[in-house]
Amino acid sequence: MENIVAEISRLKKSFGRNDVLKDINLKIEKGKNLVVCGKSGSGKSVLIKCLVGLIEPDDGKIILFGKNISDLNDDELNLLRKKIGFLFQSAALYDSMTVRENLEFPLRDVKLKSKDEIDTLVLEALKNVGLENAIDKMPSELSGGMRKRVGLARALILKPEIILYDEPTTGLDPITSKEISQLILDVQKKYNTASIIITHDVGCARITANRMIIIKDGASVTEGTFKELSESKDKWVNSFFK
Amino acid sequence: MSIDLKISGEVELVKVNEPSENQYLKRVKDFFEDVTKLTRFTFRFFKEVVKPRYEFNEFFKQSYLIGYKSFPLVAITGFIMGLVLTIQSRPTLVDFGAESWLPAMVAVSIVREIGPVITALIFAGKVGSGIGAELASMKVTEQIDAMEVSGMNPFKYIVVTRVLSATLMLPVLVVAADAIALYGAYIGVNLKGDVNVHLFFLQVFEKLSFSDVFPAIIKTFFFGFAVGLIGCYKGYNSNNGTEGVGKSANAAVVIGSLAVFIIDMIAVQITSLFI
Repeated sequence: MENIVAEISRLKKSFGRNDVLKDINLKIEKGKNLVVCGKSGSGKSVLIKCLVGLIEPDDGKIILFGKNISDLNDDELNLLRKKIGFLFQSAALYDSMTVRENLEFPLRDVKLKSKDEIDTLVLEALKNVGLENAIDKMPSELSGGMRKRVGLARALILKPEIILYDEPTTGLDPITSKEISQLILDVQKKYNTASIIITHDVGCARITANRMIIIKDGASVTEGTFKELSESKDKWVNSFFK
Repeated sequence: MSIDLKISGEVELVKVNEPSENQYLKRVKDFFEDVTKLTRFTFRFFKEVVKPRYEFNEFFKQSYLIGYKSFPLVAITGFIMGLVLTIQSRPTLVDFGAESWLPAMVAVSIVREIGPVITALIFAGKVGSGIGAELASMKVTEQIDAMEVSGMNPFKYIVVTRVLSATLMLPVLVVAADAIALYGAYIGVNLKGDVNVHLFFLQVFEKLSFSDVFPAIIKTFFFGFAVGLIGCYKGYNSNNGTEGVGKSANAAVVIGSLAVFIIDMIAVQITSLFI
């Protein structure tokens, strides 16, 4: 159990009368990619937002690095968040900042020796996603795929232990989707990070998943490897892979 | 394949443009909920403003954007305000044979009331809507969430800096607007008269006292605080996607302007107790 970096059990969340998450259970092992699949509106994004404390769950337990996040105060939670990278569906780059400033932003509270050290980290993160030439560009000058890459570089800059990807390939063409999926795999191998990848892109799941979970009606219904789930006898599960 | 569409059962016509009793209750409830949230937001501001870390760079950047970038608009408005007020007041004073009082009367009006309030309203329109729309679009595009998950405190970085800048920049803009308005008044006086600049300002400063200037400047800090806080509150708590961005900007201006008038009314009452 030492390898478990995050664990969610019996998670529930409602918005008004709409029960979005009813019974979510999952575990993430160190250095492994977990893909979460489900229909649009099944609460996948709500799930990872609960995991980082952006949304407060109604019930259930979320254990991150051995700590129950509901027991943490704001400062403790912020400290824990430094170990987590988050790639948003829209990349969520800060519009008023250049790519360099976007990447420097998470480093503001980190005690570094010099400006050179910060520059090295920024360049390294951008090299990882192949965008070192875009360092002085504004987000509005970047394409959708480039924005996702910069978002990933920003998520990587603090060398997190877990990275959460919210629909990393949505809205991208098949070639760029494949590149982003490959990038996710490269990051996992290079930094030995654990990842939760929220997607309904089967191609992305095939490339990145060590394990997969399928969510239906707010509950995790089945779990397994990509191969196991794609060969499932359950028609509903199987329909994801056709 | 053909599809038959049928309406079965009886159709009841309901007047949709008249809110039902429940809707009135909901509106009242929403109003009090909003007031409670704004109060909590204000308390959070005072809690965060004293807590390190202090975002000086962002504060100076916002002060430049809120203060310096608003100056041309405020200057033009101030000039026109002084000029028009003088031109409009002259006939009445001429009727009473008190034309020589024109510089003093215009100066007291501008410094005590018209300068601070008009500048604050212009400020609410430009800065309040800008802050409301900017924060709302940051919220919609998950930029505020992105700051939060990177372990930063977005409230401190975004809200505290903007509210502080608005609070400190509006008084500076009001002083500048007052000065330019007085220059506009000087030109207004000379359109139909012949008063040299020395005499004009001598008359102005003879009639202006500490009790005219000091309360007028103090209340502008409250105007700036209200405009900044309401803009941030509306933007920070925006929802409903891009539609919410427009609504937040609009609400920031409307409520911010209303707050300026309410604060002005209270300030005048308090000032009249002492002066």
